[in-house]
Amino acid sequence: MEQFLSQLINGLQIGTIYALIALGYTMVYGIIKLINFAHGDLIMIGSYVAYLSIVHFGVPFPVAFLLAMLFCALAGVLMDRIAYRPLRHRPRLEALITAMGVSLFIEHGARNLPFIGPSFRRFPDVVGVKSYPLVSSVVVTNVQILNVVVAVVLMVILQYIIRRTKIGMAMRAVSLDLEAAKLMGIDVDRVIAVTFAIGGCLAGAAGVLMGVAYPRLSPYMGVMPGLKAFVAAVFGGIGSIPGAVVGGVLMGVVETFATAAYSQVAEGVFFVVLVAVLLFRPTGLLGEPIAEKV
Amino acid sequence: MRFLTRKNIRSAAGILLAYVLLQGLNSAGLLSNYVLFIIMVALINAILTVSLNIITGFAGQFSIGHAGFMAVGAYVSAMFTRFVLNVGPDTPFVWREPAFLISLFAGSLAAALVAYLIGIPTLRLKGDYLAIATLGFNQVMVVLFNNLDFVGGPRGFTGIPKLSDLTWVAGLTVVSVLIMRNFVRSIYGSQCVAVREDEIAAESLGVDVTRYKILAFTLASFFAGTAGGLLAHLLQLAHPSQFTFLKSIDILLMLVVGGMGSIPGSIISALVLTVLPEMLRFSQDLRLVIYPVLLIVFVIKNPLPYLRRVTAQIQERVRAMWVNRFGG
Repeated sequence: MEQFLSQLINGLQIGTIYALIALGYTMVYGIIKLINFAHGDLIMIGSYVAYLSIVHFGVPFPVAFLLAMLFCALAGVLMDRIAYRPLRHRPRLEALITAMGVSLFIEHGARNLPFIGPSFRRFPDVVGVKSYPLVSSVVVTNVQILNVVVAVVLMVILQYIIRRTKIGMAMRAVSLDLEAAKLMGIDVDRVIAVTFAIGGCLAGAAGVLMGVAYPRLSPYMGVMPGLKAFVAAVFGGIGSIPGAVVGGVLMGVVETFATAAYSQVAEGVFFVVLVAVLLFRPTGLLGEPIAEKV
Repeated sequence: MRFLTRKNIRSAAGILLAYVLLQGLNSAGLLSNYVLFIIMVALINAILTVSLNIITGFAGQFSIGHAGFMAVGAYVSAMFTRFVLNVGPDTPFVWREPAFLISLFAGSLAAALVAYLIGIPTLRLKGDYLAIATLGFNQVMVVLFNNLDFVGGPRGFTGIPKLSDLTWVAGLTVVSVLIMRNFVRSIYGSQCVAVREDEIAAESLGVDVTRYKILAFTLASFFAGTAGGLLAHLLQLAHPSQFTFLKSIDILLMLVVGGMGSIPGSIISALVLTVLPEMLRFSQDLRLVIYPVLLIVFVIKNPLPYLRRVTAQIQERVRAMWVNRFGG
């Protein structure tokens, strides 16, 4: 029971990070039906921005956090402007391949930058890890609390933007029907840019949280979390925002338990679960069923 | 169906000439092992790209799990040469070569069988969901081979005899591309295209949609298995890390750059995209940065139709010269 609880806490920690990343995937997918493979690399950019501004410029942690989010938002917008916008009316697979190219470019570009480099770097311990006993031997660290609190706050803000603001309404309109939204006078390119910016912000935050929780930075650190978050987004029903959160958290929890039980096959377990879920709910847990018109 | 058309004879002659030329250069010692190796890898990639083209380009099913089938082919064929047929460096030639064929066939068959079993449940999914399911299958395969101790587990399957040579690789490339091309042009291929264009319309015209999806998937995986087997016997190693979803994406990339549904396009782009990173080696570490940039430019500017037009013009000119000189 105690072990169950502490694994659950660990799972929630990594799960909320996955959820933040998955949100970016799902929002971009919801609007332009593009699997943005380079999204995972924004995590890496976020981590390094925070790392560099703390270590080299002595910026306080909260400011570094905001800087990371800002940078990633910018990176997301640039990515869309340079690589994806020219392909908007071409077959979707071409955009997908371009996304892969962008991802490789960011990873190897970072590897070749002198201040990032190929070797691992250690994220500074800015929070000062403390643990608080919960029940008997189960402890929760302040990093974990920070992690979950920040993630939840960001999700609430996201929900507010999407449900209550004008740009959010435009985003919903574009994701429902891009052409119709254009006809209603919505500046679609701007809405897409904003989507990339928001997705970038969330990924940047996820990157910093990952840096704090697992302080080992490398140019390729975003690949696996990115892939897993993407799978989590599909698991929850891609294009659905609550789906991404549920998928991400579930992914983290399932993965943590599988690793605790039998670490060698942990990576396979989630995919087996995923395929099993897709077989019974072909559009994911919370995805809307696709109606076919003849 | 006529086989001895002028076009067929000409392409057969072209292929034979290229092969004789390469083999001649090789035996004259003018071709370094490195160049030969790259050529063989490029040909193996061509098999992979054409076979993915059957699934994605012709039957319209989006798969990112092709490397998984390759892994099955590589491991099973290597198990055959190592454990079942016990081929070693001192096995006599007359037995070694047929044994290799048997192993490759076994590997391909295993890949096809796995594809069939995986295809029945997953091909009900559509679009990106199918892509994710195949990606999941791919990662499960990697985890599986990582945990199978008798084939080396995470250390990789070592000690595979080096049986792939230019003759095998080139020969099997030609044979598999021919078979796939004939499949595409047959009535089965047309039905696959019908499935790609509009599933509902195809179904209402009496095309058994599921059957053709599974057929395309199985056939393509068979050849992915062949390619895997050839690669394993070329590198003398099969390692789980060679067959992750990144390899699948690599193949997909060659397919998209070459153009969906175009077999010559697939072959050209597989050759170009295998050689290109090697040619960038002069830039050392920056190579890995230049390659994706070129790739993005390739997709956005799409030069392959242009390249194909240029080669067609050259061909036309050569033919005209030929006609002028020798009169048809």
